[in-house]
Amino acid sequence: MTVTLMQGNAACVEGALRAGCRFFGGYPITPSSEIAELLSRRLPVVGGRFIQMEDEIASLAAVIGASVGGLKAMTATSGPGFSLMQENLGYAAAAEIPCVIVDVQRGGPSTGLPTAPSQGDVMQARWGTHGDHPIIALCPTSVAETYTLTIEAFNLSEDYRTPVILLMDEVIGHMREAFDPDRYGDIEVVDRMTTDVPPEWYFPYDETRAVPPLVSFGEGFRYHITGLLHDQAGFPTYRQDEIEPWWQRVFAKINDNLDRIFMYDEDGIEDARTIVIAYGSTARSAVHAVQLARRRRYKVGLITLKTIWPFHEALIEELAAGAHRVIVPEMNLGQLALEIERVLGRAKVRRVNRVDGELIAPRQILEAIEVA
Amino acid sequence: MGERFEIRLAGSGGQGLILAGLILAEAAVLYDGKNACQTQSYGPEARGGASKAEVVIDTDEIDYPKVIAADALLTMSQEACDKYYHDLKRDGLFIVDSVHVRRVPTSRAHRVPITQIAEDTTGRRITANIVGLGILAGLSGIVSREALERAVAARAPRGTQEINLQALAAGFEAAEKLQAER
Repeated sequence: MTVTLMQGNAACVEGALRAGCRFFGGYPITPSSEIAELLSRRLPVVGGRFIQMEDEIASLAAVIGASVGGLKAMTATSGPGFSLMQENLGYAAAAEIPCVIVDVQRGGPSTGLPTAPSQGDVMQARWGTHGDHPIIALCPTSVAETYTLTIEAFNLSEDYRTPVILLMDEVIGHMREAFDPDRYGDIEVVDRMTTDVPPEWYFPYDETRAVPPLVSFGEGFRYHITGLLHDQAGFPTYRQDEIEPWWQRVFAKINDNLDRIFMYDEDGIEDARTIVIAYGSTARSAVHAVQLARRRRYKVGLITLKTIWPFHEALIEELAAGAHRVIVPEMNLGQLALEIERVLGRAKVRRVNRVDGELIAPRQILEAIEVA
Repeated sequence: MGERFEIRLAGSGGQGLILAGLILAEAAVLYDGKNACQTQSYGPEARGGASKAEVVIDTDEIDYPKVIAADALLTMSQEACDKYYHDLKRDGLFIVDSVHVRRVPTSRAHRVPITQIAEDTTGRRITANIVGLGILAGLSGIVSREALERAVAARAPRGTQEINLQALAAGFEAAEKLQAER
């Protein structure tokens, strides 16, 4: 038996190493610091590199560089650092560089509430960087799921050549739970696609491929990377016949694969009058509240979102079609609720919010179920 | 929700209460084969400021990871006592360190000079967290003594196993005395 009591941040580290992460560039910030601390010890042992950069702007720049150099690379931060990373997050999305950004959310805005939990970065994860861009964001609800979703974050980043945000929160990051890595012996790890074409024929942004393979710098393939909109070879372009296919491709690679990317659990939603839609640590409160409500004979179902971006509109519409009321608990003033309201209509959705630095209590959600 | 049991350990930063919570959770998971979930909250200070660890122990899976209404509360500062007393179940176990807590809101509380016991037993006040764990486990029985001894020995910094096990034994002894008195 190899069960240990593991912290969420440590599980993120174990997941990253299992996924093959070999580079971390970052700047420690609570409540994510344990990720940097542990990787600073673990990465050199497996032949990886750890760099503490001067700030979070440089951190993500280093991660992008490492990824273009061929390594699976990540950084970890919290709200204030995530704000600084937005510029390079956009660059990674535009240049289609696989990388994983962990944001262990704490109370904001600004330096906010250090070491107190929050889910205030939901919209920042989607729209923090300027310009329309595809993005993936995953939210674990437990220590074990932090492990599996960290691996999944790397897998998705490689599969779709995109930055992936692992949107944790302080409760999940600092919580300790029983964890047995042996249970995940056959978990899938996706490695970077290479190419057979000779260097002179290689296009890093080949418009005939949904996700063109990214060959590492230094292997003899000459190409250009830029945040400017670019042609197939990566050079800046203003030509509409080159810009348009690029837009179509980078959104299609995500939108055509929603069924794989959008992960969720459902429980008892078939004949539910009320459905709770939750994510992150708040989902733990929701599970408890739903159990209490069922004992009081309320017909209530639960949808736990593991992926919050991209948002699978059609699926949520279908899952919630039979419900009279949908309750969305969040440790913010209503961010994912905006998306759910947009899809299901404001009349159907009730928000349950808490922003004082404490996890939403099951009682708060139960009360909302009772008046639904 | 089989036998959900909620414990809150609260005091000041530097008293080692988060480590105590970690040890308690490890005793439950690694040596008693139960489920446990440990969470914490603390300020930015290295020492001082409010500090709190919460441990939920259950034979079933644990959903909500925090304390809803504590089955057991150990407070090692006046502030923690004032703040968390109201979240304790009516029949919950209430232990206060009388060295740090002068005003106790109920006669039901077990007032124990935990920090003094630590100093008398090991010569080091810093082992008060382990004395407190011994009292809490002794009175509640939520983890076995053997499990707690193994967890303390595994977590104690190198060279301090012996004094920490002494502190734990002193805690169990204090618990026995309290039970005999009642």
